[in-house]
Amino acid sequence: MARDTAREPVKTGPDYLEVRLGIYRGMVRVRYFEKRAYDLFLQNLVKGTSHLAIGQEAIAAGVAAALRPDDYVFATYRGHAHAMLRGAPMVAVMAELLGRENGLMGGKGGSMHLTYTEGNFMGSYAIVGAHLPIANGAAWSALYRGTDQVAVAFFGDGATNIGAFHEALNLAATWKLPVVFVCENNLYMEYTPIRKVTAVERPAADRASAYGLPPVLVDGNDADMVFETATRAVGLARGGGGPSLIEAVTYRHGGHSRADPGKYRPDAEVAEWLAKDPIPRYKERLLDEGVAAEVLERIEAEAAAEVDQATEQAKAAAPAHPGGLEREVFSDGGATWRR
Amino acid sequence: MTYREAVAAGLAQEMARDPSVVLIGEDVGAAGGVFKATAGLLEKFGARRVKDTPISEQAIIGAAMGAAMTGLRPVAELMFADFVSVCHDLVANQVAKARYMTNGQVSLPLVVRFGNGGGLRFGAQHSQSVESWLMAVPGLKVVVPSTPADVVGLLAAAVRDDDPVMFLEEKALYPTSGEVPEGEHVDELGTARVRRPGKDCSVIALGTMADRALAAAEQLQAEGIDCEVIDLRSLVPLDMTTVAASVAKTGRVFTVEENPRLCGWGAEVASIICEECFYDLDAPVRRITTPHVPLPAADSLEDAAIPSAERVAAAIREGLG
Repeated sequence: MARDTAREPVKTGPDYLEVRLGIYRGMVRVRYFEKRAYDLFLQNLVKGTSHLAIGQEAIAAGVAAALRPDDYVFATYRGHAHAMLRGAPMVAVMAELLGRENGLMGGKGGSMHLTYTEGNFMGSYAIVGAHLPIANGAAWSALYRGTDQVAVAFFGDGATNIGAFHEALNLAATWKLPVVFVCENNLYMEYTPIRKVTAVERPAADRASAYGLPPVLVDGNDADMVFETATRAVGLARGGGGPSLIEAVTYRHGGHSRADPGKYRPDAEVAEWLAKDPIPRYKERLLDEGVAAEVLERIEAEAAAEVDQATEQAKAAAPAHPGGLEREVFSDGGATWRR
Repeated sequence: MTYREAVAAGLAQEMARDPSVVLIGEDVGAAGGVFKATAGLLEKFGARRVKDTPISEQAIIGAAMGAAMTGLRPVAELMFADFVSVCHDLVANQVAKARYMTNGQVSLPLVVRFGNGGGLRFGAQHSQSVESWLMAVPGLKVVVPSTPADVVGLLAAAVRDDDPVMFLEEKALYPTSGEVPEGEHVDELGTARVRRPGKDCSVIALGTMADRALAAAEQLQAEGIDCEVIDLRSLVPLDMTTVAASVAKTGRVFTVEENPRLCGWGAEVASIICEECFYDLDAPVRRITTPHVPLPAADSLEDAAIPSAERVAAAIREGLG
């Protein structure tokens, strides 16, 4: 059975501790970065729009810890976390948000299109659901080339109601592709509660059976559970067992995007979820298990320093140069459409 | 060889040469394609390389895109070109923009094949000429072959190109025949061809309309009008060098377009001619197009809509009047 080849998570020993400290580091770096990004909006240094993952870090960090460096990751416009967890340098991400010359894509993509192919982070996609079929393509390619790489696609709860979700899940299941679909269900599709616009209670898990897949529901604010769940799904995919659909339930602390204060959410609900903040929760668990406080504090201090440095380097850089405007439309490096 | 057989021949030539070339689409494998343009490829290259898909156009283009990003050179068939509207996001927002938005991190060496255009009485949702839709999207290359030799040569060039190429096969031309060079045949994208030299006017056409323009030129020859017929073959890249040389010689220009009137490719060509070849012109550029209507199904209506050789000849006669 393919399922038997799934790698079971290492639950004890120094390796597992290393993994969990890595998850903590990942969550903290993302949290500090996102808070800084928000501050920079308020200073009007980040233009356009941006979608922060504050509150949702456990999913990104937990899944990232279950992946190999050569696996492929596809994310949404709420993608800063995923980009950095696949190795995109924080300064380049920050500079991209600020439209600087040293941005991850030289200023051409912006917050919603972060891509870092060096880390096989294959892009952030700003059309809801569009990247699920694309992740299939990477998985199909891995299968065809016999590399045992896995593709992961993160998406929001809102994406489960768009056609591309259905097309992608059905194709992945029929072609038995090594792909893991991770629904980051933060309970709201933009401003509307997902339950008000969805025929089933669990937007992803309740639909899994339509594709012959088991329902997988996980507490998306528990990084350990996310890591375990992702490890099983990734192992299944790598071992030839086909796709998985994971619904990780979480909550964003802020609004949908920069323009949204999130006032449509009941105060009690917000308070309840703030109490379930994945980062303090994880820290407490690690401390309870005997990890020294100074180890975690060092991680926090390093992340804070990294964010400060990234901010300074991004702010000091020149704006994206207009000379790049007509570059990289085509593979010859230019934009020439005629002769 | 027929135009239809040339598609399979071109694909077979490239698949035999490069194991990273794979083919996907609805009915492309066991059925040999709804237009029978991929007949025999499943038998020759196996189910690993020739894959049937569900009716899921977004899934098809997405799979091609993800595969192209990660080392394959996929060819995806969308069947009727009209169906590009079902997956326009994947084509226009994702495939077309990926290289630019990522500042060159991503390359998409993929080909999307379409059965394009009218003439087969299929009605408005299976007959459109969509080349002008695609031409308007930065990042896409758009190729329309008009002969079996061009099908093989331009398809080979499209497969080898590192950019996404929209390859529009003209449905009305599938049964037509022509010579195809022996052995490996690879052409060059972005090169127009003078199909008929002439001195009195330049008739610029594409795809099925190239044949209509040639037929019109034959009719006019008998009346002493000597038309030069240019087959553009590719809209992006657009070979304005060949066009400008012809305009300099003739001073009179007609475009023959199957697409509905507004924003058809001829409007862009005419605009460039006006900007760059104005002093070579002896008369205004005239566009001969399908009227700005959805294509009707009935023989008499569709024939009245799409430019015929007679209509092209009449427009040229009147224009040169």
